[in-house]
Amino acid sequence: MNQMQGKKATLLLADGQEFSGRSMGKEGSVIGEIVFATGMTGYQETLTDPSYYGQIVTQTFPTVGNYGTNDQDFESKRCYLSGYIVREWCEIPSNFRMQYTLDDFLKQHNVIGLFGIDTRRLTRTIREHGVMNGMIVVGEIKDKQKALEQIRAYRIQDAVKSVSEPETAFFASENKRFHVALLDFGAKYNIRRELVKRGCDVTVLPYSATAEDVKALSPDGIMLSNGPGDPAENTGIIQNLGEIMKLNIPTFGICLGHQLLALAMGGKTEKLKYGHRGANQPVIDLELDRTFVTSQNHGYAVIGDSIDPAVGAVSHKNANDGTCEGVRYKAIPAFTVQFHPEACGGPTDTAYLFDEFLDMMEKEGK
Amino acid sequence: MPLREDIKKVLVIGSGPIVIGQAAEFDYAGTQACRALKQEGLEVVLINSNPATIMTDKAMADKIYIEPLTLDVVKRIIKLEKPDSVLSTLGGQTGLTLSMQLAEEGFLEEQGVKLLGAVPETIHKAEDRQAFKDTMEKIGEPCIPSKVVEDLEDAVSFANDVIGYPVIVRPAFTLGGTGGGIAENEAQLRDIAKNGLRLSPIHQILVEKCISGWKEIEFEVIRDRKGNVITVCSMENFDPVGVHTGDSIVVAPAVTLSDKEYQMLRTASLNIISELKVEGGCNCQFALHPESMEYAVIEVNPRVSRSSALASKATGYPIAKVATKIAIGYTLDEIINQVTGKTYACFEPALDYLVVKFPKWPFDKFFYAKRTLGTQMKATGEVMSIGTSFEQALMKAVRGIELKLDTPNLPKLKDKTDEEIVELLHQVDDERLFVVYEAIKRGVSFETIHNITMIDEWFLGKLQNLSQMEALLQKGPLTQELYKQAKDFGFLDSTIQRLSGEKIEHPLFASYKMVDTCAAEFKAETPYFYSTYDEENEAKEFIEEQNSGKKKVIVFGSGPIRIGQGIEFDYCSVHCVWALKEEGYEAVICNNNPETVSTDFDTGDRLYFDPLTKEDVRSIIETEQPYGVVVQFGGQTAISLTKYLDELGVRILGTQADSVDAAEDRERFDEILEECRIPRPAGHTVFTTEEALKAANDLGYPVLLRPSYVLGGQNMVIAHSDADVTEYMTVITSSELENPVLIDKYMMGIEVEVDAICDGTDYLIPGIMEHIERAGIHSGDSISVYPAYNLSPRIRNTIIDYTGRLAKALKVVGLMNIQYVVYNDEVYVIEVNPRSSRTVPYISKVTGVPMVDLATKIMLGSTLKELGYQGGLYPEHDYVAVKVPVFSFAKLHDVDTQLGPEMKSTGEVLGIAKTFEQALLKGLVAAGYKMKKSGGVFISVRNSDKQEIIQVADKFSSMGFTLYATAGTANLLNKNMIACNVVRKISEDPDNNVLTLLESGKVDYVISTSAKGRQPARDSVKIRRKAVERSIVCLTAIDTANAMADCLAMDITIDDIDLVDISTL
Repeated sequence: MNQMQGKKATLLLADGQEFSGRSMGKEGSVIGEIVFATGMTGYQETLTDPSYYGQIVTQTFPTVGNYGTNDQDFESKRCYLSGYIVREWCEIPSNFRMQYTLDDFLKQHNVIGLFGIDTRRLTRTIREHGVMNGMIVVGEIKDKQKALEQIRAYRIQDAVKSVSEPETAFFASENKRFHVALLDFGAKYNIRRELVKRGCDVTVLPYSATAEDVKALSPDGIMLSNGPGDPAENTGIIQNLGEIMKLNIPTFGICLGHQLLALAMGGKTEKLKYGHRGANQPVIDLELDRTFVTSQNHGYAVIGDSIDPAVGAVSHKNANDGTCEGVRYKAIPAFTVQFHPEACGGPTDTAYLFDEFLDMMEKEGK
Repeated sequence: MPLREDIKKVLVIGSGPIVIGQAAEFDYAGTQACRALKQEGLEVVLINSNPATIMTDKAMADKIYIEPLTLDVVKRIIKLEKPDSVLSTLGGQTGLTLSMQLAEEGFLEEQGVKLLGAVPETIHKAEDRQAFKDTMEKIGEPCIPSKVVEDLEDAVSFANDVIGYPVIVRPAFTLGGTGGGIAENEAQLRDIAKNGLRLSPIHQILVEKCISGWKEIEFEVIRDRKGNVITVCSMENFDPVGVHTGDSIVVAPAVTLSDKEYQMLRTASLNIISELKVEGGCNCQFALHPESMEYAVIEVNPRVSRSSALASKATGYPIAKVATKIAIGYTLDEIINQVTGKTYACFEPALDYLVVKFPKWPFDKFFYAKRTLGTQMKATGEVMSIGTSFEQALMKAVRGIELKLDTPNLPKLKDKTDEEIVELLHQVDDERLFVVYEAIKRGVSFETIHNITMIDEWFLGKLQNLSQMEALLQKGPLTQELYKQAKDFGFLDSTIQRLSGEKIEHPLFASYKMVDTCAAEFKAETPYFYSTYDEENEAKEFIEEQNSGKKKVIVFGSGPIRIGQGIEFDYCSVHCVWALKEEGYEAVICNNNPETVSTDFDTGDRLYFDPLTKEDVRSIIETEQPYGVVVQFGGQTAISLTKYLDELGVRILGTQADSVDAAEDRERFDEILEECRIPRPAGHTVFTTEEALKAANDLGYPVLLRPSYVLGGQNMVIAHSDADVTEYMTVITSSELENPVLIDKYMMGIEVEVDAICDGTDYLIPGIMEHIERAGIHSGDSISVYPAYNLSPRIRNTIIDYTGRLAKALKVVGLMNIQYVVYNDEVYVIEVNPRSSRTVPYISKVTGVPMVDLATKIMLGSTLKELGYQGGLYPEHDYVAVKVPVFSFAKLHDVDTQLGPEMKSTGEVLGIAKTFEQALLKGLVAAGYKMKKSGGVFISVRNSDKQEIIQVADKFSSMGFTLYATAGTANLLNKNMIACNVVRKISEDPDNNVLTLLESGKVDYVISTSAKGRQPARDSVKIRRKAVERSIVCLTAIDTANAMADCLAMDITIDDIDLVDISTL
């Protein structure tokens, strides 16, 4: 029974609200942008998803860590999020692949955690006020005014740079059909795994890769990965992408990759009030007239109307709020989606998009 | 595309009487379906033989047939009503099977009727074992190694030579796995397989590799015409594979699966429903190996089910409603999510709480029943609870299941040694959770417990948390922090005080969170709440936001369905809510039964899904601050809150607490009877066996024995001798005797039942019901006839008069139910209940008097006169309605089927016709009697019945039946010129006796009234159990047998009797 153990800790929100709970994981203070994730499983994937860089993530599901963590279910090499908040963490997890408890895992990966608060109240606050900064503090907050100033001043900066692997890496598939250049803006491992599984050799390039870098590989396709932060801040990447697209190589973009390509092609993005983070987001594929349940994690979205009809068209829409979830380009052989067809965590219902990408490479190659 | 244009008139097939495995969840589903269809402006024709349901209510459909659910009757209705479509997936297995038969015979095509929901091909693929296996193989979904056999020897050789033991036997097309079981060896297999083959309507069983101990995981899935697919909810069974999911403690969502396993099974579910092309809801059950990613598909139900009702309540996602809309052409992306009001049904609910379902078993009533759980479901009902932690949800479930527990501590386990507890872990029965909890408290290692039970250690860890909390409370001191944590774990204040020995200085009231399908991601509009001990109170916010200015009334529901307290109380609660709304009140429901209409979040203005204990109820009152509360429609569960609520100063609408007490307190009630000059059978109050024997002999046998606090005749017997009295007193005094035992003169007269609506001055009796069986058989188990058919005007007037006197004396405001016995031309009162009763729905429907509606309005201050009703007996109808009880004996081993004062039926059906005989025939057919007009009858009756049996035997004999009896009875019949074959008793010849006769197939009816009963070892019980096993009609009262004989002798069949649309009554 761990509910009454651990040091007292507090969450202070930018609006002055306080939540008192207890410390878990690494002890210490941290400031971040607070977001909530609604997935009921897949917490290890969430913890290791680079897209959460600079954010404090709270899970809406009340008991987290039920099946522990292991060495396999990583989506990147470490945790990039700033903090982690749960209502309850499971002390006696159970699963045949379980190696560590959630608490151990957070400690190993230096994640500052907080538990024992009413996470639904926190979620409702964010829903009503929009994404908000906050600070986890172990013990009492001594100077609340000063803390609030710090919290309010916080901005996520250099997000992509901080999570992208600086070195180029190559991954071979068993039965090679294609070679894909994956631009790593904070890529989840499973994007690469899905490609390799389908017979794609993958070369992972750092975020700063130029058209020359890509051209040098003469890949069959380009994969633009997910990643953290405000897409519009990445002016360098956006410029590079404009050049890269001139190579006319089949391109598939996911999440941040989707946003960056839209910006490179003259579109615009906006910040959502509290984003989409979970495993239950319905997305309408406008071409198929089908709705799919998708895994999502984004705070920004492409403004659908900002895409020049001559350049491309919105291909997917969020069934709940109508926001743009995908673009199919006309001028270039590219399609991108806001959601995560690679899943991990979440439903794999849209994995067929990887097949489409392969079909595209097949077609363009001929 | 919206509504299909070719659909205008839909026939909805209901699921029939409540039996184990098919219960109130189908009233909930059917009601949602009817409402969804009507919303679309479609004409709805309904058939269901169950009169206690909401779905058979006038408000629900345009045409309502409470008729037998047989193929012929359904065909007749189709011909008569000419619907263009039939909805197949909302009426449980009964509805699905009927639909399939109609389609397969080509009848639907012939009549130009479309089948909605699931097409025959889908049903075939899901239901036929071989077709199912082939389908799964085709899409690469693993099944358990198994073989479909139609022959016993094939079963044995498959087990012996191919898969090895243990094996599971699953009969095809049976309810709740009836007739199935696990066989450890060939002998057991022969036994189970033989029975299974016989019980399967197509004489087919599945013999399957036993994978007991794997995790059991379920997914509820929905698909539409476009191929959109979603999963609504995952569920994990506390009890691993081996225990029927209906008998398992279930948690939602699944808790021990990592995302990889979860997605693997979720994807499998979607693949299955897509391949089966279900258009609507579907339930997929999986077994998952606990130590690998290996899994197998156990079962798929292409229809709404008990699990879908649970999933709907657990998530707030109305599966039946959505499935219905899909069936008539809508797609998931067109249907609005009613909960948020702005998102669509094409999404997957996210939960931010945990849900626990706990089964309610009938073993407290059936003392001698075999409590072992297996592949055959035994629970009659269930509760669901919602909490922010598993601990909290489990504690709510444990106290909500009405076993008089407030923690998982079972008192009888206290005195066991540690070794005995470990030994008990091997038993898979209804008490396993409690044994596991006790083992954890004793420090038995998780490894040991897991190895024996295969229960996942995650659950053991949570139980350990509860036991540690108990220990902390016992140790003290009770700090504010400890108190808060105990509340978060679901401990009641009374429990905390008892364990800690300290007084709680600042008790906390619960606050409420909303069930919103989306984990707070969107602002929701659902008035659906559960209690927690957090600071925010969303219910209060909701009330303030709504600011309706209306007076609020809380209606307390009836909790889990059990024998004696069934769906009829939900009918009453729901009607009360509707009446309250109509009168301009805000109606609030509190209940914890996930199967029912009352816990549909749009039934009332607000729903609190919480247990009905004093403390739980008090917090709701604190939040709601109601104008008043209603307790008289929620059965014994709600009525037992009366005194407490009264003491709290809450306004109880209708009959006051003092009157409830007066009716229940023996002495006070006797005084009232004396004042009213109404006689009752003489009786005494006793505590010991000696006192009981003396009282019995003073009164003269037979006598009726019962505890002073009763529900559904629980622990009630008729004793014919000192031995009976001794046996009864031994059983009842084995548990602590808080209340005395009542011992009354038993009068074997005509039993008459009356429901009345009273306003304090006037009273209205919608109808007088007469039972076919004489007093001594519980009213719930008797065949009941409206209007009474045998009473002289004088007796009738006496009954009307007595009812009025009692209503006045007890100051009843609202409903009351009285049972009378007419003995030697005198009327005696047996029992008075100042609350709604089992018969209210059926009497309301056949008389057209909206009883609950009137009672509710009266409770709010109206009078009968104002409502347009004269006092006294309501004018009788041209129609006769016969209510016939339905039993679930096939599912409960070792339960004596002999009817007596203790209620045993789980459900009921109604037969309505112009004459008594026709109505009775309809009722019997609806109850499932085959009405075979030739064959054999075995007779074994107690001495006191010997004279009366002659006439009954004669009737059977003259119809051409062959009679069999043991020597004594046979001699008697032969002496009376009735030919009867002599059969040896069981003890007389092991190879050629009564039991072998029953097995031979020569006997179609058993008439067995032996007084010696209950104990499974007795011959009479063995005979009756054999009859159940062999599906032989077994009649245990002379009166029932006589009625059956008369019915068989009629030269008409059900086809000759007009169908009655009750909406025209």
